[in-house]
Amino acid sequence: MSPVLAGVLQLLALVAALGLSYGPLGDHMARVYSSEKHLRPEKWVYRAIGANPSAEMRWPAYLRGVLAFSAVGVLFLYGLQRAQGSLPGSLGFVSIDPDQAFNTAASFVANTNWQSYSGEQTMGHVVQTGGLAVQNFVSAAVGMAVAVALVRGFARSRTGELGNFWADLVRGVVRILLPISVIGALVLVACGVIQNFSGIHEVGQFTGGPQQWNGGAVASQEVIKELGTNGGGYFNANSAHPFENPNGLSNLFEIYLILVIPFALTRTFGRMVGSLRQGYAILGTMAVIWIGFTALMMWTEFAGRGTAFELAGGAMEGKETRFGIAGSSLFAVATTLTSTGAVNSFHSSYTGFGGGITMLGMQLGEIAPGGVGSGLYGMLIMAVIAVFLAGLMVGRTPEYLGKKIGTREITCAACYLLVTPALVLGFTAASLALDTPAHSMTNSGAHGFSEILYAYTSGANNNGSAFAGLGADTQWFNSTIGIAMLLGRFLPMVFVLALAGSLAAQRPVPETAGTLRTEKPLFTGLLVGTITIVTGLTYFPALALGPLAEGLAA
Amino acid sequence: MNNSVGNTGRVLWAGLRALLVLTLVCGVLYPLAVTGIAQLAFPARADGSEVEDASGKVVGSELIGQTYLDGDAPDLRWFQPRPSRGLGTNSVNTRYSIILSGATNRSGDNEDLIRWVTDAKAAVVEDNSTPGHPVKPSDVPADAVTSSGSGLDPHISPEYARLQVHRVAARNGLDAAAVGKLVADHTDDRILGFIGEPRVNVLELNVALRELVGRQ
Repeated sequence: MSPVLAGVLQLLALVAALGLSYGPLGDHMARVYSSEKHLRPEKWVYRAIGANPSAEMRWPAYLRGVLAFSAVGVLFLYGLQRAQGSLPGSLGFVSIDPDQAFNTAASFVANTNWQSYSGEQTMGHVVQTGGLAVQNFVSAAVGMAVAVALVRGFARSRTGELGNFWADLVRGVVRILLPISVIGALVLVACGVIQNFSGIHEVGQFTGGPQQWNGGAVASQEVIKELGTNGGGYFNANSAHPFENPNGLSNLFEIYLILVIPFALTRTFGRMVGSLRQGYAILGTMAVIWIGFTALMMWTEFAGRGTAFELAGGAMEGKETRFGIAGSSLFAVATTLTSTGAVNSFHSSYTGFGGGITMLGMQLGEIAPGGVGSGLYGMLIMAVIAVFLAGLMVGRTPEYLGKKIGTREITCAACYLLVTPALVLGFTAASLALDTPAHSMTNSGAHGFSEILYAYTSGANNNGSAFAGLGADTQWFNSTIGIAMLLGRFLPMVFVLALAGSLAAQRPVPETAGTLRTEKPLFTGLLVGTITIVTGLTYFPALALGPLAEGLAA
Repeated sequence: MNNSVGNTGRVLWAGLRALLVLTLVCGVLYPLAVTGIAQLAFPARADGSEVEDASGKVVGSELIGQTYLDGDAPDLRWFQPRPSRGLGTNSVNTRYSIILSGATNRSGDNEDLIRWVTDAKAAVVEDNSTPGHPVKPSDVPADAVTSSGSGLDPHISPEYARLQVHRVAARNGLDAAAVGKLVADHTDDRILGFIGEPRVNVLELNVALRELVGRQ
């Protein structure tokens, strides 16, 4: 079998697996977020928090919950890293410097998992398992909570109430993320991912002398790293490390974990707004982009253009033998079209166009299918923009799901859209205008520019992958990327919740013959077009200087 | 909207308590439970898939690539792995020499990478050409001259393994057909015929090779 055919079959297997879980998981999540009942362990948690899980919140209260929980998360994780040197179970690793500790705390709370450190020589068991992995769960649950609040905004009328943040947070962890993680972690261990608490120990080698290995609770962290679209690797090489991703099957399973919740949330959305077909239209948009990007990536990586790759006879630099070009391309697209940022191969050594595809995937706003929760709300913002544009074309007040898109709604959506490009392009320009940041580049020319553009694209979009040639552990990059990650995560959430509040307060508009049918394939086409045009206009000049210049020169 | 100091404090306090409870659940109970089950059900896998040689001595992990060197140069008696130029050395807490995984992160037009690939190719051609079996540059597969993503790739492609057969046989005084059979026996096809790529585990192949040499 040719590698290309094997790649296509792996893609089809993924589509089939995702299709099988779409209905059950999507419906389960809709029940989780609609149920009136509280499970007994959840009641214990609410008692510990001191919150009434049945109290409805308006959007400012919901937002305060999100921000307070996340702020405490940043401080706690910062403190944990700063104290690492004095904590037991830290493998003798020292405390993390302030700038890097801030960057890492911001990174994990913002569901980004940008890492300016190398896991195996920096973070001990306590920080990895008790700090970083915990944020992998809760930052994902926060994203889903905000998405569900927006869906409630569409589904509810003449109320300003969006649900209870604490209930949504706890249910997301207890009823969705934890059960899948337990099963998934054991699947990964069966494939060969390690799961132990041994310290740094020596193992004999074939030609004599020992290797030193780092033990750890890797499988339990690996699974939530993918499932929660987090992406922070236990080891420096992330999912390229054989202890994180030992074979082709674990590779495909990890890609499945990355994609399963974001896709299924469109079903949850359809259920909650009372029309599964509305969910299918959103799903269709996501699927078209995902499959299109995967096809383009396989094409450029199998073609392997670039001086060094042509000399080598294939673009295998930075790729593992067991995954090959197909398994690496599938992973690279899934990780950058979601907010994951885990890597099983190193994007900096992709072909010029391949690197560009990973960047463009993030610049779309990570909505196809996007991060857990953030993908759905990002896509719904785009849908609001699309119906607005359609409304302009025919001269009608735009409506979506029975709600008018008026001044307030479109202002929220437009502000949402502006946040990340402003952060990405602003910080990239500042880094290049200043003297020292450019010293961190490994490659020169167009690819060097791409390293910096990629870093801020990844940070502000909460992805976390890197053109890792960039030596990002400097005070400038730690601080500015940290700020980009926090603003890129929480400012959009402010606009999403404000939008949700104003939608939930509206009375529904009756559907007429002139209403744009947003459950039809025509709307899927309009949405794909809107996303392409908005992203293209925003980022084309920057992409032309980096990956396009490199790809065309090859 | 109630943004009074007291209310903000109350929400932050609730947030802290929520974080601590969820840390207990997701950061303590969950990993301990998974570790417990994993250690019972798959102890060898959970501890790193260690490989033993014929005498029962642990010689590494089936998942972690090694180097097979004689001094600084490749020891040509053994099958050679992929280059690993992305591997780093421990720079924090240097009383350990932990293996620091990583990639080169060089782009296709990078001067270093072009030089490394060129040099690696020349070396593979030279090392593996035996009398009567010259290796052409076009025979060398891409994985033989490129570094992997982790720098710890335990595998090579079947093409690269077959390319080394004549050299390994000559250096060990073995019959090339016997070594070729060894490679064939240690070649894993795609899982279920389409998942992943065909590959040869270098450590397991070398362990079997050492056994074969010992029997001669």
